[in-house]
Amino acid sequence: MTIVFTEVVQYLINGIAQGAVYALIALGYTMVYGILKLINFAHGEFYMAGAFFGIVAFSVLGLPPALGTIAVMVATGLLAVLVERLAYRPLRHSNRIAPLITAIGVSIVLLEAARLIAGAHPRPFPQLFENTVYELGTWMPALDGVILQKTQLVIFFTTLVLMALLWFIVNRTKWGRAMRALSVDFDASQLMGVPINRVIAFTFFLGAALAGAAGLLVGMYYNQAEPYMGQLAGLKAFTAAVLGGIGVIPGAVLGALFLGVAEALVVGYGESSYRDAIAFAILIAVLMTRPWGLLGKPERVKV
Amino acid sequence: MAEALSPQGQECLLKVEKLTIRFGGLVAVNEVDFEIRKGELLGLIGPNGAGKTTCFNLLTGVYAPTSGKILVDGREIQGLAPHKVAALGLARTFQNIRLFKELTVLENVLVSFHFDRGYNFVSALLRLPSFHRGEKRLREQAMNLLRSLDLEQKAHVPAKSLPYGEQRKVEIARALATNPKLLLLDEPAAGMNPVETARLCELIQNIRAQFQVTVLLIEHDMSLVMKICERIVVLDYGNLIAEGKPSEIRTNPKVIEAYLGGTINVTEPEAPHA
Amino acid sequence: MTGYLSLVFELAPLFLINVILAASLNVINGFCGLFSLGHAGFFAVGAYAAAGFTVLVAPEFTAQSPLIALTLACFIGMAASALAGLLVGIPCLRLTGDYLAVATVGFGEIIRIVLLNTEAVGASRGLPGIPDIVPLWFTALATILTLWSLNNLIRSSFGRSILAVREDEIAARSMRVNVRFYKTLAFVVGSMFAGLAGALFAHDRQFIAPNSFGFMVSVQALLMIVVGGLGSQAGAVIGAVIVTAIPELLRLHPALAEIRMLIFGLIMIMIMLWKPDGLIGVLRSLLRKPLKPERAHG
Repeated sequence: MTIVFTEVVQYLINGIAQGAVYALIALGYTMVYGILKLINFAHGEFYMAGAFFGIVAFSVLGLPPALGTIAVMVATGLLAVLVERLAYRPLRHSNRIAPLITAIGVSIVLLEAARLIAGAHPRPFPQLFENTVYELGTWMPALDGVILQKTQLVIFFTTLVLMALLWFIVNRTKWGRAMRALSVDFDASQLMGVPINRVIAFTFFLGAALAGAAGLLVGMYYNQAEPYMGQLAGLKAFTAAVLGGIGVIPGAVLGALFLGVAEALVVGYGESSYRDAIAFAILIAVLMTRPWGLLGKPERVKV
Repeated sequence: MAEALSPQGQECLLKVEKLTIRFGGLVAVNEVDFEIRKGELLGLIGPNGAGKTTCFNLLTGVYAPTSGKILVDGREIQGLAPHKVAALGLARTFQNIRLFKELTVLENVLVSFHFDRGYNFVSALLRLPSFHRGEKRLREQAMNLLRSLDLEQKAHVPAKSLPYGEQRKVEIARALATNPKLLLLDEPAAGMNPVETARLCELIQNIRAQFQVTVLLIEHDMSLVMKICERIVVLDYGNLIAEGKPSEIRTNPKVIEAYLGGTINVTEPEAPHA
Repeated sequence: MTGYLSLVFELAPLFLINVILAASLNVINGFCGLFSLGHAGFFAVGAYAAAGFTVLVAPEFTAQSPLIALTLACFIGMAASALAGLLVGIPCLRLTGDYLAVATVGFGEIIRIVLLNTEAVGASRGLPGIPDIVPLWFTALATILTLWSLNNLIRSSFGRSILAVREDEIAARSMRVNVRFYKTLAFVVGSMFAGLAGALFAHDRQFIAPNSFGFMVSVQALLMIVVGGLGSQAGAVIGAVIVTAIPELLRLHPALAEIRMLIFGLIMIMIMLWKPDGLIGVLRSLLRKPLKPERAHG
């Protein structure tokens, strides 16, 4: 197996594109877990919903790309707020298992609803622009053979913009401060007058909006959407969040990029059929050696 | 009261040598030396955050020290796992009561007897005769213990539904059931009114007499400490600042200073002390 | 009427097998308070080990003495799952809470993937031709024995230690309870009986494939014990019956059959919202059942 520079670059490009998508999904998992200590099993379905909302926005409503993207993100965010209000909030003070069961229930409901409405088979995602393929070799001879698709550029760009926005919201706004406070000490924040319900709803909105954007980007990239797409992607994004440190926002991004690149390398140099197994292998490896993830901290129990 | 139960000689049961533990930058316990003599009732006091419960946790294996030694009968036990330390004869109660809430009082105590069960897994699963014999014996033992602590009536009550004072008693019973050499009580009088505290005093003295057990007591209630402790060790910010009889400690300027620079608030006990 | 009766007979084994499965998971999640989401893996190991015996290892013996072969197959399934439980438990039980849950999901999937790639047992095509040798009374007896022995377990010193681990690990350690040992014990016992369920399942179905043992099966098992009431064996039975019944009942009505999974999901949500602690509490107050003498309130 010879290591060819251009091949590595190609895998990196593909891997980062995939990782960017995982990151957008993983952020939602990690933000919700950070505050509520809840693994939102239904989160993958918000990603799937984003793809289908995208079909509606562009095929049915004919919205322009930028407006359509915002509309899809808002719609997915609102869906999550609804789910939180109806299925999770009532159980906030009950035992730890009930919300998990409800989350699984929500996942089933959303998936089945999509399947019944759109059918079990993939539906075509509208072509929003011509997918120009840029041959990087023309600009840099060293990169001869490496190609970059316009859709990948769109993914990079959109993800960067969204993450910058998220960074700004979390670190420079009142809402973001409230989110951070809740994730550090839920009860104290409540006593300090933080409006818990609204902040939690806001967190769900943000997380789902990002996941919805991811779904839209993936729909654009593969030109299709199908009801089951959220299952595997959700699991992988969750793995990424655990790898980076569940509850730690930068960790989600780091873990996701790592996973995306690892997958690309495995497909490129190993067996492409093992692509999905990589996520598991990483998950087990992380849990066995450093369960709190790359950027997380081990918990200390007070006796 | 303390003179009536003089310690069984000055034999050393547990020795702590330069015990230190650091949590990140914070030194919670700093080079502490003291010993516990067999049969005595030693008090461990100090202002909040002095490191008393941390000491307990170090002695019982919940924490491993950064440096220093803990010796029981000459054997080093620092860093051993809690269940191994317990096997060597140290039993404890907790500052925030840690009963097995959903289990009954009797079951709480029975857990401590699990080593003595006298039957094996298969026997339990299939209800063989050895199981029935073993269970009967265990239950008798447990009920005897409860009886001696006046808890017999509550044997089949779920632990969570007992009043606070009785929960404390059950915790003590559970610790005693492990047949310990040393009983560590972490603020047993916390949350108790004077009447309950007086009863607790009696209980502790009874236990010492009945079970021949040495006691290490953390407490904030100074009247309790001064009344029943034979010797006292004082911590402040992780350092041992004083050691001696109650009368000595009460007038020790370092101790007074540690407790917010005022006089320790102690209600004079009735009987004179040595 | 006879139509419904024969339906009951046809479905009874499924109900009983699910009761065993739920009771087995209850040992781990309910009694010991662990969070295992990979139970399908042990279910699968039991099924494949048992079926492997009757189909691949000793088909003639099975044909000659079906009941003995079946009993042996059940024990083999149980042993295999217990071993799997030990192997998975050793690395996983170091972890706490949600981390343990995620790790068990991972291992459950790994077991499935391994089976998917094992040619000897048919890989993705599955293992067909499992002999139809399980009389209903056998399954019923197995269920009763499972419930009986697990009840014996929990009302013994071993059971108390397991419960103590659930109630308060730190206090348990101070009472000389080797927490790691009892967690592993609960895990192995739970996986062992899941293996029994698997063995019976394989011989009830005559065909097994790795994809019938996916994450959703683990979820369903968890749903059964949570719906019934976590920690209660009676709850596990009730939960198993209800969760098995719902999809089957929905399947009967042609209009609802298509959307039965959707309805199932909705029912899951509604039951949790209504009774997050499970239905056993409701049942107890409905029947106003007198508590057993040894647990009577003072």
